[in-house]
Amino acid sequence: MTAGFPGPDLRLEGSTRPLAALYSRNAKAVIARGLLATRSSNGLVLVSGFFEPVLYLLSMGIGLGALVGELDGPDGRPISYAAYIAPALLAVSAMNGAVYDSTWNVFFKMNFAKLYQGMLYTSLGPLDVAIGEIFLALLRGALYATGFTTVMALMGLLTTPVALLMIPASVVVAFGFASFGMAITSFMRTFQQMEWVNFVMLPMFLFSATFYPLSVYPQAVQWFIQALPLWHGVELLRQISVASFGPATLVHLGYFLVMIAVGMLLTTLRLRKLFLK
Amino acid sequence: MWSLPRNAWQAAADGLRALPRSEPDLTYAGQVHPHSPGPPVISAQRLSKHYGEFRAVDGISFDVPAGEAFGLLGPNGAGKSTTMRMIGGVSQRTSGHLTIMGLDPEEHGPEVRAHLGVVPQQDNLDEELRVRDNLIVYGRYFGLPLSYLGPKADELLEFAQLTDKASAKVDALSGGMKRRLTIARSLINEPRILLLDEPTTGLDPQARHILWDRLFRLKEAGVTLILTTHYMDEAEQLCDRLVVVDKGQIMAEGSPAQLIRDHSTREVLELRFGSERNTTVAAELQGIGDRLEPLPDRVLIYARDGEAALEEVSARGLKPLTSLVRRSSLEDVFLRLTGRSLVD
Repeated sequence: MTAGFPGPDLRLEGSTRPLAALYSRNAKAVIARGLLATRSSNGLVLVSGFFEPVLYLLSMGIGLGALVGELDGPDGRPISYAAYIAPALLAVSAMNGAVYDSTWNVFFKMNFAKLYQGMLYTSLGPLDVAIGEIFLALLRGALYATGFTTVMALMGLLTTPVALLMIPASVVVAFGFASFGMAITSFMRTFQQMEWVNFVMLPMFLFSATFYPLSVYPQAVQWFIQALPLWHGVELLRQISVASFGPATLVHLGYFLVMIAVGMLLTTLRLRKLFLK
Repeated sequence: MWSLPRNAWQAAADGLRALPRSEPDLTYAGQVHPHSPGPPVISAQRLSKHYGEFRAVDGISFDVPAGEAFGLLGPNGAGKSTTMRMIGGVSQRTSGHLTIMGLDPEEHGPEVRAHLGVVPQQDNLDEELRVRDNLIVYGRYFGLPLSYLGPKADELLEFAQLTDKASAKVDALSGGMKRRLTIARSLINEPRILLLDEPTTGLDPQARHILWDRLFRLKEAGVTLILTTHYMDEAEQLCDRLVVVDKGQIMAEGSPAQLIRDHSTREVLELRFGSERNTTVAAELQGIGDRLEPLPDRVLIYARDGEAALEEVSARGLKPLTSLVRRSSLEDVFLRLTGRSLVD
């Protein structure tokens, strides 16, 4: 026909890059899509995510705090009840947001909105989609954390500029939960199974030394709580909030770095199960 | 509707090739006429996909040369869509071999799909984005630059007659418009191979004919078309060659004309005696034509000469309520091969 059109002998040369089957180095397209979708839909979703921990802080911190008074902070000095629970609420909020985005949100977009179905018929690989979605979740988490930390400052709960490090630290906490959450979602088939996620999250929120010190528990229960990720998140942010660091700080941080590494590895291994059926 | 400026596709194709593309790129040998079948761009050998005990695709083999319009014809649940998904590398095969342009789509999914356009059976447009953004964002998934995507999106909106809907929300579009947008979207990356899974289901007859015309032009431009359908007329209109698939297996393969020649007679006499009598009267029709097929609503007599067969029916003193002599179609082939009609 016309000169210049390629002849029919189409042969592609396969890349030997590792993960070439799963990853096309284009997660930024998924991120750009997410930002555009957030911009064109209303921002109400964003606002509700911001208010949840703030409402907890107001009701428990001010209301319950009036009854409780002061208690010992991480460095042994007494702090107000509101200042005690605020970093914990930030950690819970990081967990909730990351888990929601990496489980329910992914599950819905996969099985109902068919969004990923469209994406995966392009040059994108499942790893591009996973990285893009996790990045978006963390970006949202960082925005919430900034908002919440601002509220803490306004309420006079910040005593040191070091407390601003709670923002990046809560992103690390969120990353740990998001990378694991996506791996877990790959095992889910039905909405009933997805409910199990909530079944694990709610007790973790209530009992991870969020509202009272770990010392109220018998030793065996303490060990159990200390094995769970949220307790490490709560303790990490609580120490940062009053700039009281020690070897334990590194343990908490290390816990999340390992969680991120294992979660991402597991997610990558499960990508075919998650996205390609 | 579907107005594409003449040579716009070609111009766009040239434009795309001028773009810096990430490796790997196509290497093509020699100048071969697009109409002449070349070496296969798609090659499937004993391809199978099982879900537990269920064999959705059960050992099918076929080759598709570049530039061909190849059809997968079969009823719902025959394994057509599953085959399409394996070609796109978004479904993992249970066994067998599959190469697309020389690559295994499971090992090189992103690279293979860079040259595929996909129209899925159900529209999966991005409901959170507006119409034009759907095209732009989809193009970015291929890593294409915005400088290319802007004009290309406008051209495709024109092609799909959605220019005045460019900034509309997707859920405000009618079913036909969504279908057109999905098809336009599949062309954003100038695909070498276009996978169309029941492309005209849900379109009105006029829209179908215009779409067929568009697809025919793409084929003329050298694009390989892979099409699933359960519409006989669509297969006859578009496909150079097709396979009849049932229960995950290939029942027959060939051009529409060849299949009719091999598996049916030249003409078919359709008789209706009323739904109660069709089966009982079939016994009295034995011996007329080459073959008899009693269906619940009518009796089919396969014969070289339909009129002669009808005369013989009258000569036996049988008075059908209606009678019709027509040419054999792919529907008859399917009926012959599987014992049931295509669209149940």
